[in-house]
Amino acid sequence: MTDVDSVLELARWQFGIVTVYHFLFVPLTVGLTMLVAVLETIWLRTKNPEWLRLTKFFAKLFLINFALGVVTGIVQEFQFGMTWSDYSRFVGDVFGAPLAIEALLAFFLESTFLGLWIFGWDKLPRALHNACMWIVHLGTLASSWFILAANSWMQHPVGYKFNEVTGRAELTDFWAVMFNKVQLGTFPHVILAAYLTSAAFMLGILGWLYLRRPGKDNADRPMHRRGMVLAAWIMVFSGVGVAVSGDIQGKIMTEVQPMKMAAAEALWETSDSCAPFSILTIGTRDGKHEKWALEVPCVLSFLGTGTFDGKVEGIYDLQEKYREKYGSTPGATYYSPGDYTPNIPVTYWTFRWMMGLGVVGSLVGLAVLWLTRRGRTPTGLVGRFLPALAISAPVMVLLGNSMGWIFTEMGRQPWVVFGVLTTANGVSPGVEPWEVWMSLIGFTLLYAVLAVVEVGLLIKYVKKGPDPFVEPPDPSLRGSDSDADEPMNFAY
Amino acid sequence: MELTTIWFCLIAVLWIGYFVLEGFDFGVGMLLPVLARDDRERRVMINTIGPVWDGNEVWLLTAGGATFAAFPEWYATLFSGFYLPLFLILIALIVRGVAFEYRHQRPSATWAGWWDRAVIFGSYVPAFLWGVAFANIVRGVPIDADFEFTGTVFTLLNPYGILGGLVTLSLFVTHGALFIALKTDGEIRGRARALALRVGVVAAVLAVVFLVWTQVLTGNLGTAVLFVVAALALVGGLAAAYVGREGFAFAGTFLAIGLAVAGLFVGLFPDVMPSTTDVANSLTTTNASATPYTLKLMTIVAAVFTPIVVGYQAWTYWIFRKRISIHHIPAAH
Repeated sequence: MTDVDSVLELARWQFGIVTVYHFLFVPLTVGLTMLVAVLETIWLRTKNPEWLRLTKFFAKLFLINFALGVVTGIVQEFQFGMTWSDYSRFVGDVFGAPLAIEALLAFFLESTFLGLWIFGWDKLPRALHNACMWIVHLGTLASSWFILAANSWMQHPVGYKFNEVTGRAELTDFWAVMFNKVQLGTFPHVILAAYLTSAAFMLGILGWLYLRRPGKDNADRPMHRRGMVLAAWIMVFSGVGVAVSGDIQGKIMTEVQPMKMAAAEALWETSDSCAPFSILTIGTRDGKHEKWALEVPCVLSFLGTGTFDGKVEGIYDLQEKYREKYGSTPGATYYSPGDYTPNIPVTYWTFRWMMGLGVVGSLVGLAVLWLTRRGRTPTGLVGRFLPALAISAPVMVLLGNSMGWIFTEMGRQPWVVFGVLTTANGVSPGVEPWEVWMSLIGFTLLYAVLAVVEVGLLIKYVKKGPDPFVEPPDPSLRGSDSDADEPMNFAY
Repeated sequence: MELTTIWFCLIAVLWIGYFVLEGFDFGVGMLLPVLARDDRERRVMINTIGPVWDGNEVWLLTAGGATFAAFPEWYATLFSGFYLPLFLILIALIVRGVAFEYRHQRPSATWAGWWDRAVIFGSYVPAFLWGVAFANIVRGVPIDADFEFTGTVFTLLNPYGILGGLVTLSLFVTHGALFIALKTDGEIRGRARALALRVGVVAAVLAVVFLVWTQVLTGNLGTAVLFVVAALALVGGLAAAYVGREGFAFAGTFLAIGLAVAGLFVGLFPDVMPSTTDVANSLTTTNASATPYTLKLMTIVAAVFTPIVVGYQAWTYWIFRKRISIHHIPAAH
């Protein structure tokens, strides 16, 4: 193995690990800023202290999570230049712009207004305080828009031209990049999945608090229940939205990256009509061995094309097509020459786990709504298992998110920018393997420790439940210096 | 003015913003074990930067993103070439950021002690390494014809680079001490002021040596003016601290850091990363830049949004303008 080979392997593992880890916190941040803003708005409207208690409770859990999202995000921006410098040189003119705009428009907004919200309870009038969290949420949406536009460009490069002299991609139409059709499918899918994730988080925690000791009297149970039902409704709506947007996305993907759809299904031979959707396979999916598979007829045709008798191209045919179009040695340093096929077991299984975990996770929301309909409280065996089921919902949805990203990124291989630049040609040529070993091990160990610490804190606060109600100070009702020596309402 | 020059200036502005702002919160972090006598005072210190440190750090992210977009070759060479220092800075910024948020989450002294160590480590490392990195950018590093950095981490640890690191470290400590003096009340305020004077003198001596060295290396009339005014601002700031004018003192270090960094960028121009291997391999505002289309687009975005960002960040500092003392710190969780 040459140095470049091992740097490539290590850099890919590092990118995968730090990115999947970062994206555990991102959907919770996008979704929880929305939920906390909603809870605070409901409190301001109803004046019911329960909603303020829930606001503060979920804000606390959100901040524990947000801290890790912020600090792991810095790694994301730096590592393009650190381990993928040739990629950065190649795409900087196109890809750098949304990244810089994201920092300027979104990161400043999020960090500044979140600081105001956290420390501003006794400094800002209530409506303005609530507006700060809405602005933070807006910041997360803007951030998602720009970073997903950048990723969508890697999936389906548009609005650029290749400069033969410099050997770089050059931006020619910014709006084409912003409204790339892949982006239009991806953005709603990711944002709705973020809402689903955070609602599952809320449902899981409140469901567990609500039902953990069914026999005992607990004055807070009506509050837990109310919050849980709200979360369940958000889960059901966003879950449906995730499925619909995912379906639209699948059709766009079939059009712009047919190989990814074939890889998702491990569909080796082209199917002229009524391609079956495989649910499970026993044996291998490499197209060479006998296997047993559970399939639903024609569903793949529908997922890919919108009709049950649509034609879905198989891997063998696509491989030939790509070879003709792109030449016979793409990224020869990593893939065997001429191999345009992604890692099929990975794409096949992550695609399934993404959908399965997302659907089952969302169904927990539906189950909670059904079991608590018209004032019912689940008892007996159902009541005993519901807390565990509730708490498993956010875990399932979070894993579903990760699976989706692993699928969409691995399914694009061997390309880093589809049809234009292979991953092997994007890696930093000047970085030594031992340097990447060091950072790979360093980040992984640190991230593992921080995960343990974070989960420990979440468990501590979840067990405690929402703090008792304390009327927060309202600065609009008094002079600014009347409380000169009062303790701060919130302090680190 | 050419677009590439405008973007060189804008990136300078972003780094200046980063150093004058996060400079003091690094200083506060480094002084945690020095200025505070007990946990309550440590919390006073951390809470002076509580609402703002994250917003300060975004200046770094924006500088990084803007370099990526406006000068992709610079971004690629710099970030892959300075791999290990940047890795250490990332580790430092990770543990530091988490520490602010997690430190107060458990009442145990052991728990708080570990996070204090994270804050201290996480503030010292970048305060030193950013100085090393910038000194080396100005001085030049070995770069081959493919714009690849060909040195090692030891190439960066030359005397000029190390001096640059000590300058940023000592300046940030002074800047942070003056910020504490400006933002707190009680005993800690006096201690911070006294310490700012002592460290400030060391910082001033180091900075003058470094700036003279820089002037010899790459100076012109512009850098000379900026460096002299920066030195005067630092001395003026220390004098203001001596007579107890904390606002002016903080403004002094704020200006001194900003002007010195501005001077480094003026000395660098029109290179962005000079090569010591061969002048022909130097990255410049021309050969490292993005296309005019991208630069024009980014100019419009920056022209509209930078003032808005500065506006609301300034408003945040105004909202949290009150001094903090141990009476303001609520009991731990």
